[in-house]
Amino acid sequence: MSRLLAALVAGTIFGAGLALSGMADPQRVRAFLDMFGQWDPTLAFVMAGALAPMALAWAVQRRAARPVFADSFDLPATRGIDAPLVVGAMLFGIGWGLSGLCPGPAVAGLALAPAQAGIAVAAMIAGMVLHRLTRR
Amino acid sequence: MIASFPQAMPIQGLAGGLLIGISAAILLLGNGRIAGVSGLGARALGIADTGAPRAMAAAFIIGLPVGAALVALLLGGVETRYPAATWQVAVGGLLVGYGTRLGSGCTSGHGVCGMARLSPRSIAATLLFMASGITTVALMRTGGLL
Repeated sequence: MSRLLAALVAGTIFGAGLALSGMADPQRVRAFLDMFGQWDPTLAFVMAGALAPMALAWAVQRRAARPVFADSFDLPATRGIDAPLVVGAMLFGIGWGLSGLCPGPAVAGLALAPAQAGIAVAAMIAGMVLHRLTRR
Repeated sequence: MIASFPQAMPIQGLAGGLLIGISAAILLLGNGRIAGVSGLGARALGIADTGAPRAMAAAFIIGLPVGAALVALLLGGVETRYPAATWQVAVGGLLVGYGTRLGSGCTSGHGVCGMARLSPRSIAATLLFMASGITTVALMRTGGLL
């Protein structure tokens, strides 16, 4: 129960951060990527703001025996850089530039611009299902 | 520096970023999990076989629009300027969904959590999706699609 509540609280804070920072505004996100046009550096501040507490959290995690509400840390193994990572990240970047949306802001946007965010979320789900159906 | 970027909102960006980082820290130190929206979303929908418990993933995902709604309420609205061309949202979304699954993460999992962990995979992924995003927008500008 405390784990579910922690996840809900974390998700709510995350969604608030996306809305406050301008990440939920596709035009601002595209303006950040528009290096050769009307560049808007706001997202660099978002990145810096997010990385600081998270770097601290990793420092604490390395010394912690276990998380507060769970029995153990369940973290991605540190594998090498492989082809799926490279191709996946590049395809994601094309979609990010095209739409100005990544998964978090699209889902958070369901509360802000339901019709347009709904199209984005539906398309993202379709892409995820497509990956699942076509992977070997 | 800011004076030359009239559109920038560094204070809101930094404050919002801090909230995002604090949220990811809560999920890591509280539940022992990475706050990666693409992975948690896929997990919540049953599209991914491995990852966080489904209920926990769903709780996090449900929080996203709740938090955004709270900020919209407090600030009297949040700007959301979506592309006028709906195909850009649809095709872009499709590529985002497929690419984040293939690449095992998005802006949150790789860009925030993995970068802060100094994971070589996440640093590579972040540089790649930034580079391909910048290239895409540059091509759109050239082609009059912005």
